[in-house]
Amino acid sequence: MVDVISKNMAEPKGRAPRRTLESTGMRVFGAVNATLLVLLCLVMLYPFITVLAQSFSSPGAIRAGQVSFWPVGFNVDTYGAVMSNGAFWRNYGNTVLYTVVGTVIAMSLTTTYAFVLSKKHLKGRNALIGIAVFTMFFNGGLVPNYVLISSLGMKNTMWAIVLPGAISIFNLLVMKAFFENLPKELEEAAQIDGLGWYGIFGRIVLPLSKAVIATMVLFYSVAFWNDWFAAFLYLDKSELFPVTLFLRNLIAGASTTTSEGAAAAGSTTALVATNIQAVTMILTVIPILCVYPFVQRYFVSGIMLGSVKG
Amino acid sequence: MPLTQDEHSQRPVTRGPSEATASDAPASAPATAPRRLSRRKRQTWREALRRDWQLYSLALIPLIYLAIFKYGPMIGNVIAFRRFRPGGSVFGDEWVGLRYIEMFVNDPTFWKVFTNTAILGGLTLLIGFPLPIILALMLNEVRKKHFKKIVQSISYLPHFLSVVIVAGMILQLLSLQGTVNQLVEAFGGEGIPFIQRAEWFRTIYVGSEVWQTVGWGTILYLAALTTVDDSLYEAARIDGAGRWRQTWHVTLPGIRPMMVTLLILNIGTFLNVGFEKVLLLYNPLTYETADVISTYLYRVGLVSNNLSYAAAIGLFQAVIGLVMVLSANLISRRMVGTSLW
Repeated sequence: MVDVISKNMAEPKGRAPRRTLESTGMRVFGAVNATLLVLLCLVMLYPFITVLAQSFSSPGAIRAGQVSFWPVGFNVDTYGAVMSNGAFWRNYGNTVLYTVVGTVIAMSLTTTYAFVLSKKHLKGRNALIGIAVFTMFFNGGLVPNYVLISSLGMKNTMWAIVLPGAISIFNLLVMKAFFENLPKELEEAAQIDGLGWYGIFGRIVLPLSKAVIATMVLFYSVAFWNDWFAAFLYLDKSELFPVTLFLRNLIAGASTTTSEGAAAAGSTTALVATNIQAVTMILTVIPILCVYPFVQRYFVSGIMLGSVKG
Repeated sequence: MPLTQDEHSQRPVTRGPSEATASDAPASAPATAPRRLSRRKRQTWREALRRDWQLYSLALIPLIYLAIFKYGPMIGNVIAFRRFRPGGSVFGDEWVGLRYIEMFVNDPTFWKVFTNTAILGGLTLLIGFPLPIILALMLNEVRKKHFKKIVQSISYLPHFLSVVIVAGMILQLLSLQGTVNQLVEAFGGEGIPFIQRAEWFRTIYVGSEVWQTVGWGTILYLAALTTVDDSLYEAARIDGAGRWRQTWHVTLPGIRPMMVTLLILNIGTFLNVGFEKVLLLYNPLTYETADVISTYLYRVGLVSNNLSYAAAIGLFQAVIGLVMVLSANLISRRMVGTSLW
């Protein structure tokens, strides 16, 4: 399979236009195609737009079902209320902490192991690769993981959140492929100059791998930022929660109210919660939305570069 | 990352834990296997260690990590065959044989959630697998570079959202005041509490899954498309092939290996239906269609504390996943000549 990816990824840049003659049929096809793609973009963006609109709308307008594209009964009080909530900010801070610590640990483990795996001459390399890849197809499962984390005494600590996800095999393999494609001559020259593998790794390979490192930092930090389930399983104290779990509890609280028949009656509490939910969702995705445009070109090329050769 | 791109494998895959010990050995006890001389490389472990000890030492911490956090739980699955007492040994207290396996085989709820899982996984595969291919082909026909870039950026975006956010959006869109019901009412219909209706759950699940993965799923196909040889299109055009026939006879065969690869990987994760999303979206009213193996074992194991029973179910699911990926791989190697390893 890696051959497949490598062959296909060999030249990520576009090719010469393949059709020079434009017939009417083709122009119609192009227009239909473009229209469908625009529609697709609308479908992709709509949920964001409606949540944004709700976050600025008055609870009354939401209750009346008037909000779709645009805020109705413009109001920023909900933002004020959520942002002055101490629990929200504490959980937000936790998310930042877990993301930073988790990403640092994950990057150190992944880069060093990927570097070792990228050395084709290394005796036992296939076994080292196999050990990692096998975990992709067979994993311990929820209950044994839970028992392990509990027995290590990690419940209600940050380590239960940041350690279990520290090596993603996909990221490891992309990174390994990237390292394999670095020019051999540099390493050989460094070896002749007396540099050991530590030196080669730290002074030559890492500085040359900024693109793939940036990509992997993004992947890991998004994963840690978005995670809620580990916290849900292993944390009992609300002052340790990440913001995603804060949000989950808001949503769960609201939907319990609705499922108890309040929905039909149009209960006010549930609907105020809708407003607060919308604001919390917006505040939670904002960091991702802000970073995304700057790095997305980076990660696409990072994956491609990394996959050039397996 | 629920579907596709999660898994990219290497050829020498599937070495069992047995090899873990084999390669741990040299790192800890240098001269254990000096006789194991590989002719081809003419290099003994002793020589390899002297030359590359720095590399082996770099691998040490990641290996310890994998041993504890990945292989530890795998071995922890023995509690499926042992009685587990909270506070007792991690690996259980006494052997009970196949007691827990028999328990779930005779558990009607298990078979219901198994069916639900298969249906949800099957629908997701059936609908979620071809759509990225179609979208990639559509994007491939776009000539305006900027337009293409914008569509790509927008369609990748949902992939980066937390499942909590996605669930929140779904709940809001489908609430009685949400957009969907606004539309229903605009056409004179009666508002439907979708989230409370078991018959809607599969549609909601598969729809949101497609929404979140279709864009990101195109990345590998788009990369594959850029490498299809131009001269093939040239030749097809000279033979009088129109746009459709070029797509059918040149483009699709060009990305076929990628399609097969991703299909095998998807089949392997087929039963790992997006557990977190189901957990966030289902409620007792929709259990009938929404309850899947992983949510059931979550409730049995961690809510009701029958850890051994839940571990048995989890082990069963993991083994099925492994068997499916191996057989999909085998079938594909026999029939198409493409395989993961």
